[in-house]
Amino acid sequence: MITVAKELWKGNEAIAEAAVRAGCRCFFGYPITPQNEIPEYMSMRMPQVGGVFVQSESELAAINMVYGAAASGVRAMTSSSSPGVSLKQEGISAMCSGELPGVVVNMMRGGPGLGTIQPSQCDYFQATRGGGNGDYRTIVLAPCDIQEAVDMTQEAFDLADIYRMPVVILGDGMIGQMMEPIEWHDIPKRELPPKDWTASGRKGRDHSNFVTSLRIDAADCEQFNLSLEAKYKTIAEKETRWAEQDTEDCEILVVAYGTPSRIALSAVEELEAKGIKAGLFRPRTVWPFPSERLAQIAAQPGLKAILVVEMSLGQMLEDVQLAVKGAKPVRFYGRVGGMIPSVEEIAEEAEKILREVQ
Amino acid sequence: MTTVYRKSAGLQDRDLHYCPGCGHGIVHKLIAECMEELGVIDSAILVCPVGCSVFAGNYFACDCIEAIHGRAPAVGTAVKHTHPDQLVVTYQGDGDLASIGAAEIVHAAMRGEKFTTVFINNAIYGMTGGQMAPTTLLGQRATTAPLGRKKELHGSPMRVCELLASQEGLAYAERVCVADIPHLNKAKKAIKKAFELQLAGVGFTFVEVLSACPTNWGMSPVEANKWLMENMAAYYPLGVIKEAQV
Ligand SMILES: Cc1ncc(C[n+]2csc(CCOP(=O)(O)OP(=O)(O)O)c2C)c(N)n1
Ligand code: SF4
Ligand SMILES: [Mg+2]
Repeated sequence: MITVAKELWKGNEAIAEAAVRAGCRCFFGYPITPQNEIPEYMSMRMPQVGGVFVQSESELAAINMVYGAAASGVRAMTSSSSPGVSLKQEGISAMCSGELPGVVVNMMRGGPGLGTIQPSQCDYFQATRGGGNGDYRTIVLAPCDIQEAVDMTQEAFDLADIYRMPVVILGDGMIGQMMEPIEWHDIPKRELPPKDWTASGRKGRDHSNFVTSLRIDAADCEQFNLSLEAKYKTIAEKETRWAEQDTEDCEILVVAYGTPSRIALSAVEELEAKGIKAGLFRPRTVWPFPSERLAQIAAQPGLKAILVVEMSLGQMLEDVQLAVKGAKPVRFYGRVGGMIPSVEEIAEEAEKILREVQ
Repeated sequence: MTTVYRKSAGLQDRDLHYCPGCGHGIVHKLIAECMEELGVIDSAILVCPVGCSVFAGNYFACDCIEAIHGRAPAVGTAVKHTHPDQLVVTYQGDGDLASIGAAEIVHAAMRGEKFTTVFINNAIYGMTGGQMAPTTLLGQRATTAPLGRKKELHGSPMRVCELLASQEGLAYAERVCVADIPHLNKAKKAIKKAFELQLAGVGFTFVEVLSACPTNWGMSPVEANKWLMENMAAYYPLGVIKEAQV
């Protein structure tokens, strides 16, 4: 029997190490709690692997450094937390337009404004709706624990290269700050397209490459937007991910992602211990959102109601409503401003909803 | 038949879109010639700005990256770190560099990033139609300073070379202009020197070019260059502003 040694890692550092193992060779970042261990770890690790670490003057500069590294063909990453990620939005939009790969980690904290340094999920809309200017999407991976954060970080770089776009790892402060035992998995290697488009010096190429996000001609710009739309459709078909537990014959379905999904799982188990048929649906990509599967579960005759749990005032809730299309009542329970929902709160809410819809 | 003039191999065979008398096209030519003379067209990477030169990547024969407004030094930083042996040049206007991108250029100088910035100071926001720039002269009219720039209201024009010279990471800064042939020749020498210093790895190198924008200054090209020499060159002294001992 082969046993894989478990190692105890802090979330932020584990994500940074996962990026290094995935071939990330440039890291650019600016300090902000609760993600500081990522740039700190990278400042030590990047020189060891012949990579580049720059503490940038701002998050604006950091994302544009990622843009530059990506444009010249190198795997690059930045990380921040909510207020800093707001500053990165212009650059993320430009990367989508320039079709540049890169990985952006957001360890969300409570907002708006400076808010709090405690964990939150209040940037869901920003992450899944584009966030910056223009009609664009980013792939948004939503890990629920450190193991998944590590696995997803390793995959994120391949996804970014395959689809030539930024990939967001949407964590919350809890995932960044806690420590858990993890295993290092070999992530299945995917076939990557050649990087023949980079501005890295012609070196004998018979033409020059120009990486740009400008398409001044309206007809060209429309064609480009349509090509993005086609790309996003492919991603929705091929890369949508989720996990589910006890969904086959549940009467109440809890939908949650990230840290709240782990708490919700305990609540589901507590409800089941009381004889209530409860299930959990956990999106692992929040864009693309696993709407189709959720709609199938919503159509199950035995299902009476859906409870969405978030550390926000109800943002993923809208995607759930769009997927369920009124087939079943959709209710919401959220804690905000850095507060975390408890197992008891979620279980109580589920029971209350069941009483109301009986 | 002898060839007396040919376009530099550093430029593609395309028509430029710049207005008659504009400095951008001339500076493109100088940069291209310097790249050609140094034999680096095949390895150089040029980072273009937002401004009238937003299309520069369509003109140069080397690989180019279009940065968003003001962020060329951040892009250039990453490109140079990942390609340390190649010539990396950022090209920026005065709105781009001295206003929205002020933090990025100061920090590139502070870190002593080993790329070259060519800074086109035309004392105006050209592309957006003549608004006031940080470099607009006192009394000079702009569409957002219709009565002329006023010190009490707008502050005094920013001397960027001198500002950056306070940073130890800045190895070389020279201010030039392209208003006539002798000045143009000096400008080319400065650009070439900056490129050579970059390739020698000495630190951040910076060339500011006082450049005419006849269109937004409301002048003919000849008047514009006369105004530049009489007014801009009087406020922005030409010559080497800083040269660190190597
Ligand atoms: C974030 C952002 N703000 C504003 C603009 C609009 N804009 C385009 S060009 C420009 C001014 C450029 O002026 P300058 O850098 O002096 O270049 P010039 O055209 O004079 O060469 C501005 C403000 C933009 N593209 N992006
Ligand atoms: S508007 Fe001014 S800077 Fe722009 S191309 Fe015309 S002359 Fe040159
Ligand atoms: Mg200008």
